[in-house]
Amino acid sequence: MSALGNIIKKEIKELMTPATFLPIIIVALIFGTMGNSIQGIQEQAKEPPIIGVINADNGTYGTIASSILYNNAKSIYNSTSIDDKQTGIDALKQKNGVALIIIPSNFTEQILSETPGEIEVYWIMKGAGIMDTISSSIFQSLIAYINTNISTELIHKNSSVNASFVLTPTRKVETTNFKNREFKNLSPDAIVGMLSSQSMLIPIVMMMIIIMAGSIVITSMALEKENKTLETLLTLPVKRTSIVTGKIVAAAVIGLLLSIIYMVGMGYYFQGFQLSGGANLADYHLVLSSAQDYLLIGISLFITLIAGLALCMLFGTFAKNYKSAQTLTFPITMLALIPMFLTMFADYDTLPLALKALVFAIPFSHPMMAPRALIFNDYAIVISGIIYVTIFAIITIAIVVWIFKTDRLLTGSTRMKKISKIGGQFFRMKRRY
Amino acid sequence: MTAVDVKNLVKHYGAIQAVKGISFNVNQGEIFGLIGPNGAGKTTVLRIISTLLKITSGSIKIMDYDVEKDADKIRKIISYLPEDAGAYKNLTGRAYLQFIANFFDAKQNREMIEKGIEIADLGERINDRVDTYSKGMMRRLLVGRALMINPKLAILDEPTSGLDVINAQEIRKLVKNTAKKGTTILLSSHNMLEVEYLCERIALISDGRIVEEGKPKTLMEKYKANNIEEVFTKVVR
Repeated sequence: MSALGNIIKKEIKELMTPATFLPIIIVALIFGTMGNSIQGIQEQAKEPPIIGVINADNGTYGTIASSILYNNAKSIYNSTSIDDKQTGIDALKQKNGVALIIIPSNFTEQILSETPGEIEVYWIMKGAGIMDTISSSIFQSLIAYINTNISTELIHKNSSVNASFVLTPTRKVETTNFKNREFKNLSPDAIVGMLSSQSMLIPIVMMMIIIMAGSIVITSMALEKENKTLETLLTLPVKRTSIVTGKIVAAAVIGLLLSIIYMVGMGYYFQGFQLSGGANLADYHLVLSSAQDYLLIGISLFITLIAGLALCMLFGTFAKNYKSAQTLTFPITMLALIPMFLTMFADYDTLPLALKALVFAIPFSHPMMAPRALIFNDYAIVISGIIYVTIFAIITIAIVVWIFKTDRLLTGSTRMKKISKIGGQFFRMKRRY
Repeated sequence: MTAVDVKNLVKHYGAIQAVKGISFNVNQGEIFGLIGPNGAGKTTVLRIISTLLKITSGSIKIMDYDVEKDADKIRKIISYLPEDAGAYKNLTGRAYLQFIANFFDAKQNREMIEKGIEIADLGERINDRVDTYSKGMMRRLLVGRALMINPKLAILDEPTSGLDVINAQEIRKLVKNTAKKGTTILLSSHNMLEVEYLCERIALISDGRIVEEGKPKTLMEKYKANNIEEVFTKVVR
């Protein structure tokens, strides 16, 4: 082999490690999953939205509007009386409906007098994730379609009709019902936009702290082994609990300092999104108002940070050197990324049960979900999350301390070696036969 | 009085039996040497005595404390110097000694650090970061760290590893003086001259078993050997 070939072979061999390939594989998996989700959204977009229609207008335009709705959506509740509004809303809530459309009795009359006819839309919003607003987005396009059809009809009947009126012959009056609260003049899209601007900061900051502080802890353990300081440390008169706690607290302090720096920048960035379409979040009570809410978020963040770092410490006990420590930070990064993306795209309440259980089991989900839950006074999920994460942290720290008391830190897992040895023998046998 | 009492010590690493029933004792103030070929089990024995590894079976008592039950108490009276030990690279030599001294009696803190600096004998370099030290300087710092705390038992795995002749000689003198002041020394070494010079008694380990034990002079007479190296070769073969 030539000298060049020899060097290339050695370099490739050195670079063919999990640390080189795992990040790319993970990124590819994330993009793949996102692609599948988008495909799912497109398929969902083909489905007609489930609606209810109350048409109190017997006139031409009322009939045009209602027939467009009947033909392009799946109407599960129909009535001609405005008094049936609550019954319609209840029926839609039960059958996973998107909106109740009320066409008032004077709809045609208003249009004929060149005043935009009012269409009352009562949105039933289930979740605040981007995925949850797909049905309402489809329905929004139906309203636009009604507008176009009425415009065409108006021009057809009277070519000298007022031009500015004919372009917008209807007017939407929207009310959104979300988590048992009513939001006047707000569409689900607007609420999602407002909420995501409000609750994006914590998931991003949480993810950054976990990744940064987590890698500090894992690397610290790896460096103790690589620099051969661990043996000395373990023979000093210091309790194993103190070593574990010391490392976690130090990383938490540095992690918090980093997060404060990060939060200041991100805070200013998100401030620009606090106003959505001229609507102030405080006017709709979509902000954290009480000191108790902030305290709960603080506790949730702190406990989760401790739990996350304890988990990193556990991973760190497997790290043999700096290089292996880098590989071990990936599972932690993934655990932080999953709830971050899920809270962005979907609402915890509307997730399927299995996914709900997964999100709840990941400790990092809880501070990410807390702000939105507290805005809607869902204290149960926040408090149960804090209790769960506390138990998770205690158990993880106990496992780490136990590992510190065993030979594992210095000798590695003989059990794992045994398993891989058995695995190797199995594959050799398989090849032989 | 017996400082270290090892009885029927057995240690398994999974299916591998590293130590196969070793018994020996070390008297207080004595320098006792464990010698043997690579992989004989010397470091495993020293690591178990230092409370780093668990015993599979058998027992060890250090100053009457049980190594399994009283590990926390034992860590207060011992000092272990591993063969390939390191120090925190981002600290200076002085800061490293300070960090170690902080785990012990606060009243003797300053005294300990001064003693550590004296043993390490690094001059002004004691104020430099550890990552700028040569291998020899690092070893002197670590010997200083191990002996500055006035341990009742110092466990030294290859104490002069990486040191040049002059520095190694100084460390040997220092170990001998430390023992004279009452510290019990348990050491392992590949250097037979060192063992002969330092140890009052030695134990030869081969394949996880003690194959010979006694005073260097007595063993040389028994095997009609001129030095411990010859004894070692004859016994191990």
